[in-house]
Amino acid sequence: MSDTITLHVARYRPEVETEPTFQEYQTPCRKDWVVLDALNYIKDKVDGTLSYRWSCRMGICGSCGMTVNGEPKLTCATFLTDYAPGPVRVEPLRNFPIVRDLVIEMSDFMRKLVQVKPWIIRADEKPLSEGEYLQTPEELDEYKQFSMCINCMLCYAACPVYGLEPHFIGPAAIALAQRYNLDSRDQGARERMDLLSDHTGIWGCTFVGECTKACPKSVDPAAAIQRYKLKAALSWFKSFLLPRGAS
Amino acid sequence: MSQTPIYTEYHPRWYRRRTSTYWWLRRPSYLAFILRELSSLFVAWFVIFTLLQIHALKQGAESYQRFVDWSKNPVVLIVNIIALFFVVFHAITWFKLAPQAMVVRLHGKRVPAAWIAGPNYAAWAVASALVAWIVLGG
Amino acid sequence: MTKKSLEPFLWTLFSAGGVLAALLIPIHLLLFGLAVPLGWAYPSYEHLLVLLRHPVTRVYLVLLCTLALFHGAHRFRYTLYDGLQIKHLNEVINVLCYGGAIVGSVLTVYLLWRIP
Ligand code: SF4
Ligand code: FES
Repeated sequence: MSDTITLHVARYRPEVETEPTFQEYQTPCRKDWVVLDALNYIKDKVDGTLSYRWSCRMGICGSCGMTVNGEPKLTCATFLTDYAPGPVRVEPLRNFPIVRDLVIEMSDFMRKLVQVKPWIIRADEKPLSEGEYLQTPEELDEYKQFSMCINCMLCYAACPVYGLEPHFIGPAAIALAQRYNLDSRDQGARERMDLLSDHTGIWGCTFVGECTKACPKSVDPAAAIQRYKLKAALSWFKSFLLPRGAS
Repeated sequence: MSQTPIYTEYHPRWYRRRTSTYWWLRRPSYLAFILRELSSLFVAWFVIFTLLQIHALKQGAESYQRFVDWSKNPVVLIVNIIALFFVVFHAITWFKLAPQAMVVRLHGKRVPAAWIAGPNYAAWAVASALVAWIVLGG
Repeated sequence: MTKKSLEPFLWTLFSAGGVLAALLIPIHLLLFGLAVPLGWAYPSYEHLLVLLRHPVTRVYLVLLCTLALFHGAHRFRYTLYDGLQIKHLNEVINVLCYGGAIVGSVLTVYLLWRIP
């Protein structure tokens, strides 16, 4: 196919403009092209000033997330032909400050990731000589889904709660916390509890469910949050019944 | 302060968008979400309606007849029809989302979502039939 | 945790109420809000009174009404909070929503306590 397609790409050049604008580009619309290919074509052949992030172009690095026709998408996994005859609107991810063109500022997310302590916490480390911590396939299944996250932040862009309340820890970070809480080798659930069971943690979530729909890796962060609510509720009742025990 | 996302270091050149008050009009799924949440108002209306009914029943046959007549008023009827629409929407979304919040295991394997949603709808049918049967004279 | 948050408790009420509301309110509304006024069904006054006198019905109605109220209050609180972006009025919203649910629950228990 030698068809072409029109792209409306959001531009923001802070040195010359105070607000984002749209610029129109024509690119080939080939059957095997994704939106990212079209952006690369523009950058190489048409307009070298366009800025955006990408790296792996295979849905692994999580850096090419943008808003395509209003939906948060990995542009390396979103085919142009799905939007034919166009035009296709490409904007930066919502809910984040824009640095330039399609590049968003993500240090808020990075900070939240660290806050949930996404690593294995042990109360008692066993000596190296005793070997590794073994895990059965069932135990792996328990958290595997939540470990597939590529930190693309599409879920943050889809989440209205995060848009309204920037303090909200947000879908991916809570799902990642659950990934470690549910790991049979981890003993850090209590350390993560205070941060997570706060109104900026799980209780800020109203189960809109958009994070799960946006996620390209089927992580289902909404489920992680709901299950954590259930657990927090159970432990609340437990601590009520046995105020001193189980702490 | 440095933990506060809106007050990160001074970056005058970042463009920050504010979420509009009408954010729920931006996408159909957001609108569906807000409608689901608004079902709470009609749940409250149902309780008020039921309390009025109980009160009327306690006052005697005449007063109950007045309540039934009042519920024939077109305004009340329309409110009840809208309320019915909203609570059914609540029920459907609630049962649909339930499997996401629960993990049920059988023989160590996770039960697929449809196996949780299915029985939910069945329970809904049974409960409704039971209530109807009891009320209508069983 | 030093300060005990009520949130898990309120969420439990919200969830329990949500289940009951989903299972039972549609049929209740269909029967008494539509079928009876439109003349599709005629449950007699005597029959309904006998039902209402039964302790099981009364427990059932108290549970249904109170939990539904707390379910609605919780949800509506978040709707105001997110939908209208009025979180600075958080305290007022909380008092109105949960206060309303408490008043409604007391009223329900009072109404169903004694039945002639
Ligand atoms: S949970 Fe999914 S959408 Fe969110 S950052 Fe991870 S991979 Fe991306
Ligand atoms: S470029 Fe790496 S995920 Fe798209």
